[in-house]
Amino acid sequence: MNIHFTEQELAFREEVRAFLKAELPADIAAKVRLGKKLTKQDHQRWQAILHRRGWYAANWPLEHGGTGWGVVEKHLFEEECAAAGAPRLISFGVNMVAPVIIRFGTPEQQAHYLPRILDGSDWWCQGYSEPGAGSDLASVKTRAVRDGNHYVVNGQKTWTTLGQYANRIFCLVRTDPEAKPQAGISFLLIDMDSPGISVRPIITLDGAHEVNEVFFDDVRVPLENRVGEENDGWTCAKYLLTHERTGQAGVGISKAALAHLKAIARHEVIDGRPALEDPLLRQRIAEVEMRLMAVEMSTLRILARAQAGGTPGTESSILKITGSEIRQAISDLARRVLGPHALPFLADEMVLEHEGEPLHADYSVTPAAQYLNLRKLSIYGGSNEIQKNILAKAQLGL
Amino acid sequence: MDFALSDEQQMLQDMLARLIREHYGFEQRDRVQRRAPGFSETFRTQLAELGVLAMPIDEAHGGMGGGGVENLVVMQELGRGLCLEPFLESQILGGGLVQALGSEAQREALLPVLAAGELLLAVASEEPRTHYRPEWSETRAERIGDGWQLSGRKSVVFGGQAADEILVVARTAGEPGERNGLSLFRVDPAAEGVQRRAYPTMAGPWACDLVLVGVTLADDALLGCAGAAFEALDHQLGRAMAAQCAEAVGSMQQACELTLEYLKTRRQFGQPIGRFQVLQHRMVDMTTELELATSMAILAACVADEPASAERSRQLVAAQHVVKRAAQFIAEQAVQLHGGIGMTWEYSLAHHARHLVMLGHRFGDDDRHLRVYADLLEAN
Ligand SMILES: Cc1cc2nc3c(=O)[nH]c(=O)nc-3n(C[C@H](O)[C@H](O)[C@H](O)COP(=O)(O)OP(=O)(O)OC[C@H]3O[C@@H](n4cnc5c(N)ncnc54)[C@H](O)[C@@H]3O)c2cc1C
Repeated sequence: MNIHFTEQELAFREEVRAFLKAELPADIAAKVRLGKKLTKQDHQRWQAILHRRGWYAANWPLEHGGTGWGVVEKHLFEEECAAAGAPRLISFGVNMVAPVIIRFGTPEQQAHYLPRILDGSDWWCQGYSEPGAGSDLASVKTRAVRDGNHYVVNGQKTWTTLGQYANRIFCLVRTDPEAKPQAGISFLLIDMDSPGISVRPIITLDGAHEVNEVFFDDVRVPLENRVGEENDGWTCAKYLLTHERTGQAGVGISKAALAHLKAIARHEVIDGRPALEDPLLRQRIAEVEMRLMAVEMSTLRILARAQAGGTPGTESSILKITGSEIRQAISDLARRVLGPHALPFLADEMVLEHEGEPLHADYSVTPAAQYLNLRKLSIYGGSNEIQKNILAKAQLGL
Repeated sequence: MDFALSDEQQMLQDMLARLIREHYGFEQRDRVQRRAPGFSETFRTQLAELGVLAMPIDEAHGGMGGGGVENLVVMQELGRGLCLEPFLESQILGGGLVQALGSEAQREALLPVLAAGELLLAVASEEPRTHYRPEWSETRAERIGDGWQLSGRKSVVFGGQAADEILVVARTAGEPGERNGLSLFRVDPAAEGVQRRAYPTMAGPWACDLVLVGVTLADDALLGCAGAAFEALDHQLGRAMAAQCAEAVGSMQQACELTLEYLKTRRQFGQPIGRFQVLQHRMVDMTTELELATSMAILAACVADEPASAERSRQLVAAQHVVKRAAQFIAEQAVQLHGGIGMTWEYSLAHHARHLVMLGHRFGDDDRHLRVYADLLEAN
């Protein structure tokens, strides 16, 4: 057994580090580190830089303009990006719909959509969830009815992350209401500027506008925008979900968040001493740090198995659960360590007439909002309860 | 032993519950929350008219002479309604400090108008380096002629954005960390040298930061003897914490009710999600925590007015710890069991969750209380 990276992998890591040092814009990294909201332009700027280097589509095969990296390279790349304060990639296009198009799409679809994802022409969002279809995704009701060489789509999607920025949405729609739930679903690519689509913001409990409702009212979608066979969209959906879940442990992000927490704890004062010297806080930080180490080792074990040709199985559910819990625990400590200074609430979306930022340190404005926002980690992408159901059934045979 | 409310207390509860039900709709609260001063003057007037604002003030000064249990009843209802009006800050803590430290003339000047709702007080005890412990205050007041000059910074003063007077903790002697040397001053927020910055808080109500630069104060701005405010401050903070426990219990009750209702109505996989055993057990855990928290809030209410003692401190700290742990657990689970809906601003549950977690940033979180309790282990 050997738990170390190879020389080659270490060299790759150095290359990534050097690139990040030279190319990651300092203003963007500062925002990421402080947990501030990134604009659409921030995301696009970073994405363009990655694309120039040929590193935007880390998960794609070479022939489509990807990196062709193996799992370890991808892991190292993600880790280094998080450590440097690079923005998390908005994965709906590059890491969700693209793998589906590569796997199930026609050559025409591939030729049309993939370059547009690479060069940033398209911003995708995910239209899976509906008011009545959350954990029970197979019960989607949004209808797509054939009319000549179009589908006519009616219904509602919800929780659409960053749908306000997107010009495309990939959707699960019901094309056969008579079939068994999973069987009558198709996977459609829809232009957001088609007539009949409207987007309504949902403000979340942290005061942010991150998610939306999307309404479809007689929206005409060409038949060639369907990926895969009619009524076989569930296959695409399942394939995409396995992609959504890999990397969800977010080890790199958690490490960066821990480093930030410690930096805050050095500045804040408890009982006249730096908070980081407080025995109880130290113990709390130590606990998460050790648990994170365990999740990191588990991630590496799973990676090694994948590298050796195994397919990731239910282990990804373990990573999803523990990874989300750790990120939530770190955000919990980050707000606690601020004491009363975590309280000021300055969400720009709420049009509040406050009199400016409070007088405390610049790092104090975001942790409480982040803590609230990160409640989502155990809800979306298959809630932690659903992950446990999967593990109980598929791994334990219960 | 008798845990029942008296007839008067029961009436107080019913009256307040009805008032909130009829006049404190969620949408109205949301509108109010978004703009300074962050609470409803109208609702505060209604509270004054019903005598609620006078409840914690003693009878000799125009109040109703209510004690810990009356505070429990009032705060619990205000918590259920997520009311934003500064009752704890102004009536319980502000009034309590004036009562405890003020001269007869100061009490006569402040308490009757406070009881009538014509005066709004706030208390500034936090600073950048206090972390819930006023003995670490660094703000200083110097004797100048027959008055005082005040300089320093105060953080997150609840109700301070609208207060007519702010009671400011400042050091007239001693070094940060020492209990001796702390004094309490009445400060007019409009006075020269006072800079006030108001903002909403994550908990819901508004607060402000204060920068005090050479603020000139008259002699009678000092409440009590110079340098001797700590004991009274500590005692009154104890009463405020007991009240906060009650507020938390009201909010937790509401969060649990909303969640239980949701489990019965939300359907996934062809059945109400409340049929899933894992969610049933989670709901049972939430209810259990609420039960324990309620008990501790009652304990806190009953010992809050007792004279200072190690036993009272232990009980109040324990109550805070149990209640705040329960509050965070219930908030997180309530959101989780609601799925995406629990995270939306439009739904009152999200605001209970914010409020319940952010309670921990006022007077300390459960870890802060754990530290303090651990120090008191040998005290009984
Ligand atoms: C911030 C955020 C962003 C999102 N972004 C997107 C997006 O971009 N696109 C998109 O399509 N969706 C998105 N989602 C939706 C997300 O995937 C759903 O919220 C999630 O699937 C849960 O569904 P639900 O909210 O309807 O909760 P429900 O499914 O109603 O679940 C409610 C509760 O019941 C539990 N539960 C449900 N079924 C079971 C069971 N069988 N056993 C045990 N417990 C169960 C759940 O775990 C949860 O605790 C987002 C959600 C959030 C919060």
